[in-house]
Formats: sequence, structure tokens, C-alpha cells
Amino acid sequence: MKRLVAPASAKAVDVGVIRWVVSRAYVTRRLSMRLGRDNVAACNTGVRHAWWTAPALLLVMSMVQGAVLPEDRADAMYHYYDGGGTKVDGPALLVRKGFADTASMYASYYADSISGASIDVMTTASPYKETRQERGVGVDYLRHNTTMNLSYTTSEERDYLASMLGVNVAHEMFEGLTTVTLGYTTGKDEVGKTDTDFKEDIDRYQYRLGLSQVFTRTFHMNFEYEGILESGYLNSPYRAARLQGLLVPERYPGTRDSYAFAMRAMKGLMTSDDRLGSSVQFGYRYFWDTWDIRASTIETGYQRYFSGHWLGEIHYRYYNQTAASFYSDNFLTQMNYMARDKELSTFKSHSVGGKLTYTFQNHPAFVNKSTLNVAYDHVRFEYDDFTDTRTQALYAFNANVVQLFLSVWF
Amino acid sequence: MKRHVLKIAGILALAVHFAGCATEPWVKPYERELLADPIMSFSRDPLSDMYLQHVYDVREAARGAGIGQGGGCGCN
Repeated sequence: MKRLVAPASAKAVDVGVIRWVVSRAYVTRRLSMRLGRDNVAACNTGVRHAWWTAPALLLVMSMVQGAVLPEDRADAMYHYYDGGGTKVDGPALLVRKGFADTASMYASYYADSISGASIDVMTTASPYKETRQERGVGVDYLRHNTTMNLSYTTSEERDYLASMLGVNVAHEMFEGLTTVTLGYTTGKDEVGKTDTDFKEDIDRYQYRLGLSQVFTRTFHMNFEYEGILESGYLNSPYRAARLQGLLVPERYPGTRDSYAFAMRAMKGLMTSDDRLGSSVQFGYRYFWDTWDIRASTIETGYQRYFSGHWLGEIHYRYYNQTAASFYSDNFLTQMNYMARDKELSTFKSHSVGGKLTYTFQNHPAFVNKSTLNVAYDHVRFEYDDFTDTRTQALYAFNANVVQLFLSVWF
Repeated sequence: MKRHVLKIAGILALAVHFAGCATEPWVKPYERELLADPIMSFSRDPLSDMYLQHVYDVREAARGAGIGQGGGCGCN
């Protein structure tokens, strides 16, 4: 079963803002040097003329700045997850191609093949096999220093359909030092239950506000705020709660409003001969919702070039959350809302991982760059109020996540 | 009333305008080459980041304001 939530930073923001903000220095260096003179001229002119010239000049200043679209690129991945009794693997593809320097289109495909049985299933139902396919298309349109993004994504499973339509706008200001992004996504899910006529809907609305800021030539930050408003059938038709040890159907509220604020910082570290040799990053996200869940996420990473063609990365992630107000491991009395989904319980997780990238030196003529990447993450989940009913001990499990992918720039 | 609105609009426009004059970038465009390096990106591999974010999103209650694509699957 899939609940499709729009990317907090849609591709337009992922690639189209952060990378695009910084990569414009390559493309527009000569133009920007000229802009420096234009700016001074504009300011002087503005002093002599009255206030009515200001909006016009500001507009002109913004119009002559230039931004660039994300690079043309294709990625092909095999992903594998093994943890908590569940194995998930499959391919993923992402292709992006620009047109006429003003538009860039992309398409993505992602497939999950799920087998096994997690703790919820093992204690309440039988193991199963499931596949999920997600397809997405989008277009970025660049006009002066504003990039507009439109995207559409669908996800299909035997018992769950989801679709969403998103719009993002990124506007670059102050000579490219600041980028403001606004996003809105609407989505609709159709929840089913295998081998039955059960069918319910979920409506979802997402709002995003982001700010990217360059502080120095080796330090920049990103701030994001996102609200997700959902209404409809939000629980699983399969999962059961426990009432004095007996299994009863779960019942969730019909609405959920959630909010998240995140900040991320990236600092480049120079080598003794004044080259960029490595970087460190730090991120923090705080989450809260109307189900009384509070969560914090801390991420940190280090990336470093090695001699020749190798790039290495290590990262660590810590996550913790409090339980939903209607969660209980074992209810003592009947309540209006009852859940025993371990994702709504109190728990924490630690994740340690790394990624190794090899850059090929020889390519076909139409390829600018290509890399082979392998990534591994080990995650430990520890639950504070979710019991493994087979052992009566608090539940915990380890997961291994592997990615192998090829990236080609053309 | 109209005159009052125009006065405010003029002051705001001037404020924005002079803010623009003051924002001669302290990091010049030609100094941003390092920021364009892949290791200075928050998401140098978007497909990989989308996947890893998905792995977390389906197992955690928190969502939103992340780097990659979110979502929840009933892989449990």
C-alpha cells in the first residue's frame, strides 16, 4: 500500500534550485561581471529619478540576471532493502533533457517488489508479495531568474492508487545569493483491500516555502517549511489494534495536518593548495502534527575527493518521534480512535552509511561525464512502546539498504 | 487616500530599490565556482536521495521538508 506524498523539494528544487543556483556561476560568469556594472548604473540612475523608477529598474535588474536549468542527465539504479522481515528491491530510472535553454523535461520510473512479512503482518496476517510502480513526469520552464515547475506522479499497487499534481516556483534574488521557492501539490489516493470491494479515498494538499542562501564562497544554507493536509481514510484496512490482548480493527481520525521545518548547511573545506577537497553538511528537521506526533531528525555527512576518479561519502542520521495520541501497544478500554501501527509509536532510529563514486575517464562522444555509484546504509530501529507479541519484548530491528546506480551527463 | 497610497508605494519602492543597491553581492558570481562543485550540493544524486528519503518516509511518521521524494508504502 502506497501513500504518495509529493517531494518536499521537488526535482525543480532538488536539482533546479540548489544545484542550479550554484552552477549558474559557471555559465554566467561573464554575464554577471557585466551585471555588476549595470547594477551600479541602475543605482545611480535611481537616485536622480523619483521613486517611480524603482520598480521598473528592479524589474530590469531581475530580468538581466540569468539562471540556468538543471543539467541533462540520466540515472539508472538497482535498489535493495532488507530489514524487519521484509525485502524490497527493484529498478529506478530518472532522465532529464533540456530544450532550447528555456525548458527541461524529466521522466522517472520507480518499482518496488516487496516480499516477506514485517512484524505487523507476522502477528496479524500472512506473508505476502506485492509490487508497486511509480511513474512521474515534469517540466521546468525558465524565464529570466524564475523557474517554474509542473509535475505529475502516479503510483499503482494492487490495492492502492495514488496521483499528485504539483507546481513549484523558484525565484532567484540579490545577484543569485538568495533563492525563494514556493510549492503547492494536490493529491488523491484510492485505498483498496485485496480480494474485496473495499474502496476509500484520501485527499491531500501540500504547501511548501523554501529559502536558499549563499553566505560565503564555501558555505550555503537551505531552509524549508512544509504543511501537508490530509483528509479521508488514513488507516490501513489490514492492520489491527490490540484491546486487552485481542485484535480489533484500527480506527484513525479522518483528518491529519502535519508541518515540518528543516534547515541544512553545507561547508566546503579547502586543501593546503587552495582546492576544494571535501565538504561537511548538517541538517535538522522538526516535525509536528495534529495527531500529537513530534519528531526530530538530525543528519550529518562528509564528502571527500580521493586521488584520481574517486569520491567518497559517509553520513549519519538520527531520528526520534513521540507516539500519536491514539496509539497504544495494548488498549485497556475501547476508544474512539485506536492504532497499533509501529510507525505511530515512540521510537528512534540510527543510520550509518556511505557512498562511493567512480568517475569514468572515457565516454562515447555524446557523453560529458559518467559515474558508477554504490551506496550502503545500515539502519537500527528501536521501539519504546511496541511489543513483539511473540516474545513479549520491546521490538527492534536492523535494516540494510543498498543502491547501485549509473549516472550519465550528456 | 489615493495620495496616501501612492506615498506609501513610493516609500516601499525606494526601500526595495536602495536595498537592491546595497545588495552588491558579497560573494561575487565569479567566486561561486566552488559552490557549483558536486560535493557542495545538498542533493548531488537526486534519484538516490529520492530513494533513501522514501525508505525513511514509509517507516516514520514524519514527512515533509525533506530532500527527496516522500511516500509511504505498506511494505509491512
